[in-house]
Amino acid sequence: MNFSEVFKQSNQLCKVSPNGKYLATCVQYRLVVRDVNTLQILHLYSCLDQVGYMEWSSDSLFILCAMYKRGLVQVWSLEQPDWHCKIDEGSIGLVSSRWSPDGRHILNTTEFHLRITVWSLCNKSVSYIKYPKACQKGMDFSSDGRYMALAERRDCKDFISVFVCDDWHLLRHFETETQDLAGVEWSPNCCVLAVWDSCLEYKVLLYSLDGRLLSTYSAYEWSLGVKSIAWSPSSQFLAVGSYDEKVRILNHITWKNLIEFEHPSVITSTKAVVYKEVERRPVVGTEDLSVHHMTMGSSLFNTQSKYEIVPPPVQVPIVKPDPDRANPKIGISSMAFSPDNRYLATRNDNMPQSVWIWDMQRLSLLAVLEQTAPVRCFMWDPCRPRLALCSANAKVYLWSPAGCVSVKVPVEESFQVVSLFWHCSGGILILLGKDQLCLCYMDTEQDK
Amino acid sequence: MGDWWTPAIMPDPSSLDSKELSSISGITMSPSRQNSIRSLHSTITLPKHSYTVLSAFCTEENISQCVSYISQELCSLGLSGVCLEPSGVGEGLNPVAVINLLYELLQLHRRAQRTLSDLETQQLKSSSDLEHMHHCNSRLKDQLEHSRRENSGLHEGERQLQLKIKTLQNCLKSEKEEVQKLQSIIASRATQYSHDAKRKERECAKLKERLNQLLVDKRDKKLAIEMSNCVGRSDGKRGLWKTGKVEARHEGDMYKALLNDYEARQRALVQENSELKKVLQHMKKDMISILSPKKASGTNIQLPEDSLEQAGSDVEEDTCDSSREALEQSCELAREQLTNSIRLQWRRLKSHMEKLDSQASLAASQEEDVVSRREHEEEIQRMRLELQQCKDFIRTQQQLLQQQLSAPCDEETAALLEDCYNLEESERLKEEWRLFNEQRKNFERERKNFTEAAIRLGHERRAFEEDRALWLKNQFLNMTPFADRKRPAVSESHTALSVSTEPEAKLLSTPAPLTKSQSCSGFFTPKAAPARMPSTADLYRTLCLIPESSSSRTHGKRGNSGNQSNNTLTKSRLQTGLTDCSIYSLVGNENSPI
Repeated sequence: MNFSEVFKQSNQLCKVSPNGKYLATCVQYRLVVRDVNTLQILHLYSCLDQVGYMEWSSDSLFILCAMYKRGLVQVWSLEQPDWHCKIDEGSIGLVSSRWSPDGRHILNTTEFHLRITVWSLCNKSVSYIKYPKACQKGMDFSSDGRYMALAERRDCKDFISVFVCDDWHLLRHFETETQDLAGVEWSPNCCVLAVWDSCLEYKVLLYSLDGRLLSTYSAYEWSLGVKSIAWSPSSQFLAVGSYDEKVRILNHITWKNLIEFEHPSVITSTKAVVYKEVERRPVVGTEDLSVHHMTMGSSLFNTQSKYEIVPPPVQVPIVKPDPDRANPKIGISSMAFSPDNRYLATRNDNMPQSVWIWDMQRLSLLAVLEQTAPVRCFMWDPCRPRLALCSANAKVYLWSPAGCVSVKVPVEESFQVVSLFWHCSGGILILLGKDQLCLCYMDTEQDK
Repeated sequence: MGDWWTPAIMPDPSSLDSKELSSISGITMSPSRQNSIRSLHSTITLPKHSYTVLSAFCTEENISQCVSYISQELCSLGLSGVCLEPSGVGEGLNPVAVINLLYELLQLHRRAQRTLSDLETQQLKSSSDLEHMHHCNSRLKDQLEHSRRENSGLHEGERQLQLKIKTLQNCLKSEKEEVQKLQSIIASRATQYSHDAKRKERECAKLKERLNQLLVDKRDKKLAIEMSNCVGRSDGKRGLWKTGKVEARHEGDMYKALLNDYEARQRALVQENSELKKVLQHMKKDMISILSPKKASGTNIQLPEDSLEQAGSDVEEDTCDSSREALEQSCELAREQLTNSIRLQWRRLKSHMEKLDSQASLAASQEEDVVSRREHEEEIQRMRLELQQCKDFIRTQQQLLQQQLSAPCDEETAALLEDCYNLEESERLKEEWRLFNEQRKNFERERKNFTEAAIRLGHERRAFEEDRALWLKNQFLNMTPFADRKRPAVSESHTALSVSTEPEAKLLSTPAPLTKSQSCSGFFTPKAAPARMPSTADLYRTLCLIPESSSSRTHGKRGNSGNQSNNTLTKSRLQTGLTDCSIYSLVGNENSPI
């Protein structure tokens, strides 16, 4: 494992181009594009204001920089550095901006979710989509980039519009059987659209591409419902995480519940391996202190950590949620399938220090990583069954079926990993600190 | 009581009037009231200065009256008053009778006192009992009071609890009502909220609409895109006009995608299905192969199912063939056939397995010991054989060894050598025999000498013993006086009897000094024991039978020790007797338990 030097960034705006060649970072109002391998600056663009959002186009030719405060979007070209494009949303304001899958259109959501403006870079044309719904995930593009599903709200009823992204042709428009639609998500094979209701009601609806209702699933009533949803990459499973601290796996043939994954406070399963992160402070002698005072001074306070396997039963640390507050910190908030469909990683909000890894072949708990600090982010390697996670400290943690490892990031002491993501090749892990970033190169020879 | 009263009256008769006296005499219940009064009067009339004389009950003058009075009194007491009949006035009193009477009176008095004391103790006891009862009573009363109080307290508690229950029930009812009310409120609120939300949303929508309108109308100058030059499409094609064709194409694409998906899914399912079918076929084949040989061998085991199985096998053959085709047919009929045949076979297999299980369990219980016995026997046979083999082996080895030993010399020389050996051996034996005879002779000679010596020794010993006895006799006769020799024998008898005789001696009221001397002598017996030795009989006994004498001596010692303890016992008893100082009391003590 090798680490690059630390670079500056702001708002954690740092993205690798979809083709994996470039790394774009925003520093205040500047956009820096680097070569991933050499880390040399290829381009430097200056935006009009501090960038609020940045995104690569799908063909890695353009970069979109949104300045929400000003209601502005600037687009930069990699091929033609002097080419520029500025989109002004005017007085109505801007809350969200994103590329269409073809990389030639920009979809801007105005304030109050008044409308979505679709700007074309091909012919400067503008089109509007009215009545978009402000919700958890109101818009989703299919993975092949052909279709867009958009949640709408009209006359106190929920609707879904399916657009063809090529020419923004409205393919289907249908009403959903939801009280208050919370999100839409395409299956990876682009044929099924999962729709879920707000947390007040446990309801998952599955629609075909042509608008037919395939199935409705509800696990229980009268209690806070769905919190998150995740498709397996094969579209075979739909994982539904809910406020009752369970993950339910639906199968793609009958859309019935295959199994429930509970997150118990005491792990008694003997098959599951519980990795517990144990911190140990380096022991430093007095002569060491006197000699290397300046160099050791700061690292003295840094702790090393390692994983220990704890035999069951294991008590998982729990944070008791406040029942009187809205959106209580309980339930499954994030789930991720490994790219080979074999594993599912979940996080229960009232057990913030633990990541649960489930085996999808045996449909059982495989491992639990118990960190010393709340887990901020976890991501699967896009090429291998390898999970990287961080918990806002100077360490990065990796899990693979072979075991678990904790790596200290050997850079500036103030660097704390709050977020991370993988390079599309899986060989590089990009670690984001509060206003810095660092690249971590994996040794593919060593890692099996 | 009467005895008591009379002297009490005596001290100051002047202070008492006749009425009182009569009442007192009335209490005495004497039959000769008149006499007594008269006598009393006479005593009262006596001058004061002769008080000492007056104090006496009987005087010279009234002796007869006194006697009669006493006799009457005695009669009344149920004693022999007749013997006090005044035969002659003055001197006619029979002193023996009087003394007897007196004695009897004393006895009576003592008895009365005893009874009195008994009664007193009884009374004391009863009073204490009464006291105790009173105590008990009061305590029980207290208890009763306490329990009553407790009871009332409990009652009160119960009442309070009931009250509480009532209030709680009321509370519950009110709570329920509250809940209902709240539920209705919630429901109304919910409807209100949803209504409001809808209204708000509508308003919001309206506002948005209006805003949109305004934005469109206003022609926001700022709303614009600035671009140096347009960019080509990512696919390099030109944009198409929105026409019906395009729409149809989109639809077509969509359906194509869907169709593709369904096809892919169907393909996967078909593959899965075929795999499952293959598995089923395999299973079926395996089943057939498992079941068919079983039938051949099973016919002799199970007969009742035979016909059924025979029929089943036919079906089996059919299905076996048909199912092979069914794989290709892949229609519902074929599937049904396949599943049916599998099900049938599965059922048969299950029944067969069950049968096997039951048989196995039966056989296990039956054959286990039989088999083991057979095995056992076989094992034994085998071991015997082995043993035989081993024996043979050993024999042959021995033979071989001997052969090897005898191998160096020829057979003739061997015979010759053997003859030589025999001769030599006979010679040696003869020599040994001669030696043996000599030794025997020596032994016999020695034995004779020995017996002679033994006889001589016996003679010598007897002479010595006689000498010794004579000497001892003389010695003792010179040393001890004759009287001394008798005393210990008496004491011994006494001490031996002491345990049984002691109570008797006491009852006989033997004088204390005598017993003391006896006990003393008894006490000294261990010292006297060596003095006892010289009696001739004892001497002979000791000389003739030493072990017996020793045993007797130990016996004697034991007896002495027993005497000692007994003596100490008697001594202690005597001491108690001395402290009491009176035989009567001792007798009384002895009697009281009886």
